[in-house]
Amino acid sequence: MPEYQTFEHDVLIIGAGGAGLRAAIEASAAGVKVGVITKSLLGKAHTVMAEGGIAAAMGNVDDRDNWRVHFADTMRGGQYLNNPRMAELHAKEAPDRVRELEAWGAVFDRTADGRILQRNFGGHKYPRLAHVGDRTGLEMIRTLQDHGIHQGIDVHMECTVVTLLKSGGRMAGAFCYERERGRYKLFRAKAIVLATGGIGRAFKITSNSWEYTGDGHSLAYHAGATLMDMEFVQFHPTGMIWPPSVRGLLVTEGVRGEGGILVNNQGKRFMFDDIPANYKSQTADNPEEGWRYTQGDKSARRPPELLTRDHVARCIMREVREGRGSPHGGVFLDIAWIKEKLPNAAEIIKKKLPSMYHQFKQLGDIDITKEPMEIGPTTHYMMGGVRVDGDTQMSDVPGLFAAGECAAGLHGANRLGGNSLSDLVVFGQRAGEYAAKFAKKHSPADIDMSQVDATARQALEPFERTGESPYQVQHDLQDMMQDKVGIVRLENEMEQALDGILKLRERAKHVAVPGNREYNPGWHTALDLPNLLTVSEAITRAALLRKESRGAHFRDDYPAKDETYGTFNLIVREGKDGEMTVTREPLPPLSDELKKVIEEMK
Amino acid sequence: MAQATFKIWRGDRTGGHFTDYTTEITDGMVVLDAIHHIQAQQANDLAVRWNCKAGKCGSCSAEINGMPKLMCMTRLNTLPLDQPITVQPMKTFPLLKDLVTDVSWNFEVKKKIKKFKPRKPDASDGTWRMQQSDVDRVQEFRKCIECFLCQDVCHVLRDHHMHAEFIGPRFLVYAAALEMHPLDTEDRLEDLRKTDGIGLCNITKCCTKVCPESITITDNAIIPLKERVVDRFFDPLGRLFRVFRPK
Ligand SMILES: Cc1cc2nc3c(=O)[nH]c(=O)nc-3n(C[C@H](O)[C@H](O)[C@H](O)COP(=O)(O)OP(=O)(O)OC[C@H]3O[C@@H](n4cnc5c(N)ncnc54)[C@H](O)[C@@H]3O)c2cc1C
Ligand code: SF4
Ligand code: SF4
Ligand code: FES
Repeated sequence: MPEYQTFEHDVLIIGAGGAGLRAAIEASAAGVKVGVITKSLLGKAHTVMAEGGIAAAMGNVDDRDNWRVHFADTMRGGQYLNNPRMAELHAKEAPDRVRELEAWGAVFDRTADGRILQRNFGGHKYPRLAHVGDRTGLEMIRTLQDHGIHQGIDVHMECTVVTLLKSGGRMAGAFCYERERGRYKLFRAKAIVLATGGIGRAFKITSNSWEYTGDGHSLAYHAGATLMDMEFVQFHPTGMIWPPSVRGLLVTEGVRGEGGILVNNQGKRFMFDDIPANYKSQTADNPEEGWRYTQGDKSARRPPELLTRDHVARCIMREVREGRGSPHGGVFLDIAWIKEKLPNAAEIIKKKLPSMYHQFKQLGDIDITKEPMEIGPTTHYMMGGVRVDGDTQMSDVPGLFAAGECAAGLHGANRLGGNSLSDLVVFGQRAGEYAAKFAKKHSPADIDMSQVDATARQALEPFERTGESPYQVQHDLQDMMQDKVGIVRLENEMEQALDGILKLRERAKHVAVPGNREYNPGWHTALDLPNLLTVSEAITRAALLRKESRGAHFRDDYPAKDETYGTFNLIVREGKDGEMTVTREPLPPLSDELKKVIEEMK
Repeated sequence: MAQATFKIWRGDRTGGHFTDYTTEITDGMVVLDAIHHIQAQQANDLAVRWNCKAGKCGSCSAEINGMPKLMCMTRLNTLPLDQPITVQPMKTFPLLKDLVTDVSWNFEVKKKIKKFKPRKPDASDGTWRMQQSDVDRVQEFRKCIECFLCQDVCHVLRDHHMHAEFIGPRFLVYAAALEMHPLDTEDRLEDLRKTDGIGLCNITKCCTKVCPESITITDNAIIPLKERVVDRFFDPLGRLFRVFRPK
């Protein structure tokens, strides 16, 4: 039996984005021994890329804001499939979590009276996003990282978990390889927090990095946990589309928050054409009112560009399909037009959206203070994930917790912009707290070494055979998911995708990689493939069963919302023989108090 | 379709050599795209770090035609494509493999810098008041994406290998961000002088030139810190005044 380098922790956190770091800080403050594992270097997780801001009803800019409004906005945005308890806790606790970041050194943009400034964002009734220009995620991850390194947390960088280890029905540890030398590492832990982020690499056009292969979703699923809401993948309406090499890169919603408008190739501002009934009363009915809203006029309603992402993305698709798109198959996003309104517009744009200015200038040869941008939808965020208890963030497997993008519940059918960064710190904190409590109550579980050895052997197989490249299989999967399970979905196309996934699974079993185990991205890609395939299958199966259109899930064959589908979540579990099962489960109950809040805010 | 040749460093701790790869290029491509094409089609095991592909994470640092740069932000149309483009790892850090270096020293250095210590909250609800104009400077420093290109280019580290004596421009910027944070009450000047080696910087400004975030490292961070150190330790009159002047 081979020997593995072994580490022992009370709480092991998989992922060093906002959720993982916040959980680590909390758990270590509770006095338990904490380890963090991350696929990349510290500070490089996806959270670093977040731009627009973190949503918290602090009411610094508009004092009518409070947790009730934030809660109602989140539920409305999620089309009421959200876990109401999570939406409640999130709305109540986000302000404290943001203030705590300031106490740890974060420097947010300021209001005139010296408090944390908040900006408008889609689906939020009042200006609610605390931000730092358009690099809020960097501020957040750096603050957590710099605070965390003084807490005695062990960080294992460039280390990837390949399987979770269970014993007697609860968590016992995790098995990993480190990138540098390709050696295995064995972690024993009493509690594990998954904070692995999203699944964007399952699609071709995406704002997500190589890390987003749905590892946490897949690890949890195979460990017997339940996945939920997997049909809800958020396509962000504004990704770059030209030149081809930047296709998918995100253009923050902050552009629209600062007054940016969407126009088609006839110069028409098309978002006014289709305003959903449940948002009508909150939406401006003319451009002038919309402009006043972005400039802080409290009596104005928000412009239709700031409707929820699912809706905006579909309106853009409609313009393109009906021949009113831009030259490269998107539409135009124009912030330069504000020069008609403000004398020093160019300066304001550069100050408020510096990294967008930079990104377009350097990568697209476009000066956004002078010309419109060409944009189109891009795969952005996974609403679905590990089903957890709203208070503790524990999954159905004792000792296994999940927080951040890899957990489900807060966002329902569609996430509001800015509600992810707040999700990370609110539920990262909770996951850390309850994982530490769990660890204190339990002794370490035994590890089944035969499972470890089998995984270790299997992971090396790509070196031992000849076959196709893992990159090829990954590309083919991404193409297929983009085409058949993307923004607009159809029964027969998704059936084809299921077939395709089966075939790709076979191919994935036969990929081969050259070279040796040392820092070998080909090998890493080969090991990511089964995870990508698992989440792709879950997305497709759930999307097939939801025969309606709701939030981010749009069925061309069932274009309307169907109220009966508004009463349950779809649940994905591994069956007895390893087959994937999808079942309906009624929504968690909504308390009378919360029901009242929703009614009041309608 | 147009093609370009890339001379890429292949090797590990024990040594290596440049290998030529020719690949197709299209409109708007950056160096990282070319590396990815080569990796997918010709060299599956080519080691490279990247995450965001948008200049936000600071993972993809390398030396392109000898210049320290982010691969994801270097457009091919800014390079002379009639000759091979050389792409090699940062020289200041030990090589792990191909384009990937061991940057762990940086993470160790950061731990030694005293952490943020805020003054008591200004308001009864536990919050502070700061004017935007008072935080502009610190926000400039906090744009740092930890790409370590400034560390790579600084001769104190690159040529003189004084990693034990000098924290390098990145961490002088970090220290400046803490020292100039309006809420911070910690004192790092003694450390800056003694253990961080601020005196070793002779203001060549090479770091500022390569910073992809355009942080004016030397003028805005290092020189003011040097002045504070001089004020404190070498100017008795300044010392006297300091007693009467809050930080
Ligand atoms: C371009 C962009 C802009 C965005 N802007 C905003 C915004 O303005 N506001 C907002 O609220 N949200 C925004 N989002 C969404 C938000 O940034 C993400 O949802 C959030 O950062 C996810 O954080 P996380 O902590 O869950 O995971 P991440 O930050 O993605 O971290 C995941 C971690 O898990 C690790 N990991 C994954 N798999 C494994 C494994 N197998 N083994 C070991 N480690 C593993 C990774 O290495 C990484 O450290 C944006 C997203 C993108 C892509
Ligand atoms: S200015 Fe100082 S820190 Fe910057 S490169 Fe020159 S010597 Fe190094
Ligand atoms: S200061 Fe600039 S060059 Fe140095 S690490 Fe930060 S971003 Fe990179
Ligand atoms: S990949 Fe993030 S900076 Fe280049």
